[in-house]
Amino acid sequence: MSAPTRDEIVDFVYREARLLDEKRFDEWYELFTDDAYYWIPSAPGQADGLNHVSLMYEDKLLLKLRVERLKNPKSYSQHPESRPHHVLQRPEIESEDAAARRWVTRTPFVYLETRGDDQQVYGGVALHTLVLVDGRLRIRQKRIDLVNCDAALPSVQMFL
Amino acid sequence: MGKYRDDPGLVAGLVQDDQVHRDVYIDQEVFDLEMERLWSRTWIYVGHASQVPRPGDYITADIATQPVIMVRHTDGSLKVLMNRCAHKGTRVVTDAAGNVGRAFRCPYHSWTYRTDGTLIGMPLPRGYDGTRMKECSAAKGLAPVAATAEHRGFVFARLSASGPSFTDYFGESLSSIDNMADRSPEGELELAGGCLRYLHNCNWKMFIENLNDTMHPMVVHESSAGTAKKLWEGKPATEPKPMAVEQFVPFVSDYKFFDDMGVRVFANGHGYTGVNFSIHSSYSAIPGYEEMMVQAYGAERAREILSISRHNTVYYPSLTIKGAIQSTRVARPLGPDRTLIESWTFRLKGAPPELLQRTLMYTRLINSPMSVVGHDDLYSYRCIQEGLRCTGNDWVSLHRDFRPDEIGAADLTTNGTSEISMRNQFRAWARYMAAAT
Repeated sequence: MSAPTRDEIVDFVYREARLLDEKRFDEWYELFTDDAYYWIPSAPGQADGLNHVSLMYEDKLLLKLRVERLKNPKSYSQHPESRPHHVLQRPEIESEDAAARRWVTRTPFVYLETRGDDQQVYGGVALHTLVLVDGRLRIRQKRIDLVNCDAALPSVQMFL
Repeated sequence: MGKYRDDPGLVAGLVQDDQVHRDVYIDQEVFDLEMERLWSRTWIYVGHASQVPRPGDYITADIATQPVIMVRHTDGSLKVLMNRCAHKGTRVVTDAAGNVGRAFRCPYHSWTYRTDGTLIGMPLPRGYDGTRMKECSAAKGLAPVAATAEHRGFVFARLSASGPSFTDYFGESLSSIDNMADRSPEGELELAGGCLRYLHNCNWKMFIENLNDTMHPMVVHESSAGTAKKLWEGKPATEPKPMAVEQFVPFVSDYKFFDDMGVRVFANGHGYTGVNFSIHSSYSAIPGYEEMMVQAYGAERAREILSISRHNTVYYPSLTIKGAIQSTRVARPLGPDRTLIESWTFRLKGAPPELLQRTLMYTRLINSPMSVVGHDDLYSYRCIQEGLRCTGNDWVSLHRDFRPDEIGAADLTTNGTSEISMRNQFRAWARYMAAAT
């Protein structure tokens, strides 16, 4: 496949958020490459996921664990269920490596998560590292920098 | 005036040999008394000395809901000072950590203090000539806490002038801190890797009790650890087990496993599970580490240090540690139904970097506000907080494996599924809470 157009890349980022908000987690999981990482740092500008703690720094196995857990009625903290909701600013293409067929998008967002009568609101920036696998766009890394990543947080249960 | 404040017998009556009254978790007055009588008179964890290596380095923390500063004084000693300007009460520093150089300076009227808290001065000092200021508290500077103590870099403070000595209070329980530090080939720990701060909408005791509650993991964590186990089932034995699977799966061990782990309790509410082994015992070896330990300590001593694999040690009421993986969790109570839990990790000086990476993975998987293990734990605590609003049964059962002869024992080891660690905590609790002055 030839390189994706800017619109195709932008549409992909929107679609990823939509799958999360519609809780289509199995389809969402398939958007990631086998060596993907999903990363939410706990410090502003954090450079390292291994030697500094993160809110999440998960490979595909751990993402699978979360997706499968949510299907289990014994996921007690999901009674009542959490509901995610993303509001995205239009993604920008932050960098492009045409030879490696790799694109990094930057997407400021507001994220809501509700559970019962509670609603939490977060702001941040999502950085998607996208590559082509078998001609299709896939996520190699999704990094989510929360504005208040170092705050004392309550349980945040869905995927940002 | 208060229902409990003026009636020591009523407070003591909240704790029976084998059950406790629901007010210990939900009552605002009981919480206020806890801060005055338990959290002010006992030794509360402040921070680790490695957080403030150079003169002027400081961290801020809350002890018994009161803001304090731990600072490295210009002479190299450690001071724990009340974070309150001697003039009008302004909190003097507000960052979580920093370096003040040689002096603190209040941001309101510029009163300045040495790093031992003594007052250096203020603008227009002549305005105080002929006043009583010099004989009052204002002239004394930033008030130090009544007592501080350091053990292997762990710094504790006691706010109240009266209370037990540090060694009397912790006694033999300090062996868990020793084991954590001894696991460094250099015998020293260094705080590293940042901090996770998880807001718990529950009473602080629910968190502290849960760390040695061995009857919940296979229930509460079935959906998370049980899923990890299922995802790995059927993989060929030749496939290396990911560290995350090694860390998750022991949570869904059976009741026998947790019973055989054993529990040991000490005077003053301290204790640990994992006397014989723990959920951390079967982690894969980190290449090169054991060899370094043997080189540093000799084969016999190295084996002795590494064979201890305690689960959670509670330094009642504020600090809990996992020596086997070099992590701590600190409870900072905010209200009867609000507690901040800080999770910290340590580097073993002179050990391979994979050890820090291993404990960081554990703390992400278990202690993060985004941890699926943490979600189900906190869900349980919150359900208790809500359920205890019910009348009709005022008591919380702690009967499991109660034996009358356990009362007063200063060092006791028994089967791991006993609820003795909670009973032991409440016996200390009642003693401090019923003493009015």
